[in-house]
Amino acid sequence: MNASYVRYELIRTFRNRRFFIFSFGFPLVLFFVIAAPNRHVKSFSGTGISLPLYYMVGLAAFGSMNAMLSTGARISAERTTGWNRQLRITPLSTRTYFRAKILTSYIVAFIALLLLFAAGRTIGVHLPAHTWIHMLWLMLVCLIPFAVLGILIGHLVSAESIGPVIGGSVALFAFLGGIWFPITGGGVLHEIAEALPSFWLARASHVAIGSSGVTTHGWIVLAVWTAGLALLARRAYRRDTKRG
Amino acid sequence: MATSAGIELKELAKSYGAVRAVRGIDVSVDPGETVALLGPNGAGKSTTIDMILGLLEPDGGTASVFGRTPTQAVDAGLVAAMLQTGGLIRDLKVRELVALAASLYPKPLDVGEILDLTGIQSISEQMTHKLSGGQTQRVRFAIALVADPELLVLDEPTVAMDVEGRREFWATMREFASRGKTILFATHYLEEADAYADRVVLMAAGRVVADGAPTEIKALVGTRTIRATLPGAALEALERLPGVSNAERHGESVVLVCSDSDAAIRALLDGFSHARDIEIRGAGLEEAFLQLTTAEEEKDPA
Repeated sequence: MNASYVRYELIRTFRNRRFFIFSFGFPLVLFFVIAAPNRHVKSFSGTGISLPLYYMVGLAAFGSMNAMLSTGARISAERTTGWNRQLRITPLSTRTYFRAKILTSYIVAFIALLLLFAAGRTIGVHLPAHTWIHMLWLMLVCLIPFAVLGILIGHLVSAESIGPVIGGSVALFAFLGGIWFPITGGGVLHEIAEALPSFWLARASHVAIGSSGVTTHGWIVLAVWTAGLALLARRAYRRDTKRG
Repeated sequence: MATSAGIELKELAKSYGAVRAVRGIDVSVDPGETVALLGPNGAGKSTTIDMILGLLEPDGGTASVFGRTPTQAVDAGLVAAMLQTGGLIRDLKVRELVALAASLYPKPLDVGEILDLTGIQSISEQMTHKLSGGQTQRVRFAIALVADPELLVLDEPTVAMDVEGRREFWATMREFASRGKTILFATHYLEEADAYADRVVLMAAGRVVADGAPTEIKALVGTRTIRATLPGAALEALERLPGVSNAERHGESVVLVCSDSDAAIRALLDGFSHARDIEIRGAGLEEAFLQLTTAEEEKDPA
């Protein structure tokens, strides 16, 4: 790992705040708009989870998914300018290149999670320390498939269309994964939701009511998505570099 | 040669679909040599360079750099290049970007020294996405130089530069070459190849059509023609003039293809004082390339 390279990658990310709008700004505003007036709803839609907690985790998931997929935007921009060709004729390894990208995205995602958790506290989400840590850890792990998805779309999509692709993907994952409203009680919608990594990401809120959050079924879903996306990302990368 | 190889290309070939961009070329460059890859657009220069850098996999033949595969040489930090296309990444200052490039190599040069050398010290605090085309080229040059590579590859480096920029660029490059570095640059300017290379490899239509000292290449592609209005003169007499290799008549005017236009024009004015409307022009490089290519095609049909 080249520390210097990672440092410049971070400097660049924090200078270009476009992505922060969807990673922090938008989720925070939406959280206060939805949750503040309904802060006393103790069990949202019969889930047993308070409405502020539900939307705190939901919007933390939304923001952190955006942060992870913004890897794709940065890769895509570097492909468009030809910078990736310049990097390929340096000793920088592909592994380090991707690690630096993912690490940067994870730092932004981590900040998104912390900000939403802090926002939750201000309107009455009170949990024991170990529960906060458990939720944080769980969400960071559930973001792994999104890290890989970011690399994949970075090699598939041009810089001009990457914005809508990221926005659309996050919207779809959020909607079908039950981030905007709880999806429960069987049915097709529930089955679809359970097959999505975003569903398990948002399920972290169940830790607060004594559940494990991610079930065995959930871990399998996350593993399959990660493996599948990694396969596609590898193929996309190979195809991309072959063309030169 | 094998023990002290710089660049070795053996029957190197690459096609894009039906287009045979590089058709099996053999070139070897000794360490410390400055070699120009000269040719018109579409000659296969960039494709050749991409294979030397390991950016493209050849369809046939091999490329080796300092006795290693291109990828091994790149990974060892022996190679740096200024590619023909490619912008800079945004959201960094010029100094930071050069420092980033330096951090990728095992033994880079001092960043401040390189900023001075390439004349970008004054813009070192500017953001990379706010530079002019010429400034961008200089920064790209700095990024290649800071690596302190054994082999420096430049693909049409001066395209976006003004006259002053070019002059400074080549002065810097010469200084770098004097440190015993191997330099390979692609260009379609005969003047650049002539002025700055020890050797010129002339490419056309995917083949090496000539390989030699700049003076030889210049003689080969640097023919001039004299055109004059000269009614009634015998073509045979004109062809016998010193420095003239061929004479043609077009109505009242004659066209003399010259191997030595200086000698030819003196002789023409001595012998045919009534010649008027005299024009001397260098045969366009494109024309010369075309001739050479056609000759090559006839010799070995594709």
